[in-house]
Amino acid sequence: MQKPPPANEIIKQGLWLENPVLKHTLGICSTLAVTNLLVNTLVMNIGLIFTLTLSCATVSILRNVTPMRIRMMVQTLIISSYVIIFDIVIKAYIPDISEALGPYVGLIITNCIIMGRCEAFARNNPPWPAFLDGLAVGAGFSLVLFAIAVVRELLGFGTLFGFMVMPEGFTPWTIMIMAPGAFFMLGIYVWIVRSFTMQFNK
Amino acid sequence: MTNIDPATLFFAAIFTNNILLTNFLGLCPYLSISRNLRSAFGLGAAVVFVMTFTAALNHLMYYQVLIPLKLDHLQYIIFIIIIAAFVQLVEMTVERYFPALYYILGIFLPLITVNCAILGASLFMVIREYTLIQSMAYGAGSGIGWMMAITAVGAIREKIQKSGMVPKGLEGPGITLLITGILSLAFMAFSGMIQIQ
Repeated sequence: MQKPPPANEIIKQGLWLENPVLKHTLGICSTLAVTNLLVNTLVMNIGLIFTLTLSCATVSILRNVTPMRIRMMVQTLIISSYVIIFDIVIKAYIPDISEALGPYVGLIITNCIIMGRCEAFARNNPPWPAFLDGLAVGAGFSLVLFAIAVVRELLGFGTLFGFMVMPEGFTPWTIMIMAPGAFFMLGIYVWIVRSFTMQFNK
Repeated sequence: MTNIDPATLFFAAIFTNNILLTNFLGLCPYLSISRNLRSAFGLGAAVVFVMTFTAALNHLMYYQVLIPLKLDHLQYIIFIIIIAAFVQLVEMTVERYFPALYYILGIFLPLITVNCAILGASLFMVIREYTLIQSMAYGAGSGIGWMMAITAVGAIREKIQKSGMVPKGLEGPGITLLITGILSLAFMAFSGMIQIQ
């Protein structure tokens, strides 16, 4: 078995070098949908990081006793258990947001990043690095979604976290709060980041 | 309980409430498999089939088993297990009895378990309280809507690839997302024709 990479390496990889959204465009399905309001994005990201870190740690703890053939099923069950816990908690404490997020909380289960990290990293590494890896990848993912949500809420409603920040007489860009806005924003971010990395690598 | 005619629901799921273009579901396979028309179509067809039947199965499971037993908070786990089991079953059946079909769909079937659109359709069905018939109509409509979107993008990407005019940084997912945005805008023209929540 190879040694797990050092902590700072894991963090650098997760946050930037292997950023799941910008480099692989993975796992955006369920989360992109809630980026029209910062509050929703925040809750969704917390849910994702919670599920991702704990699932990675659990998969890693169980890595030596999980039969190879059924590992995907075991991973799915672990992930869904954490999502259910998160769902019950937000239903109890912040019912309004839970209502607004609707089915998207449950869809964290099929978020490809979680499965991807379990398969690619947690399965072969001890629990602590796996936990850290989940945290770093989750944070990298959240950062990008925040960047999208800030632009969408600012231009779409003229607010940030519900507070009016745009001057009087600002016309909201309705397109930003609808689906195309999210696709365009993400497309543009991916474009910018790729162009920069290409220049940098030259 | 919503009283929408299943046929209306079917068309609404394709055009006005397209699961990919308005609800962002199933984006991962959409971005990675849409490189050419052929595979896009194969995956799309598999999704239509699986989505229709898992929506029905999950509906039966939810209302006949989970609600009477008061286990509805376990819906996520149960739904994902049903989807995984169904996909496995279909894969084995198709491989055994329809080798020609397996040749087209085979490699796409395992990918479907982790397609958020499938689980999404089942969750929407529970939240909007559809009946069994409505769920099947919604599942089939969503599947076809998804297939239309991925096929369209597959074809457009094939053309763009040949033109070779895309800036370097925009190649791959970047350009696909921008095209999807435009497609999504186009589909917004349908909104207002039929309204479902």
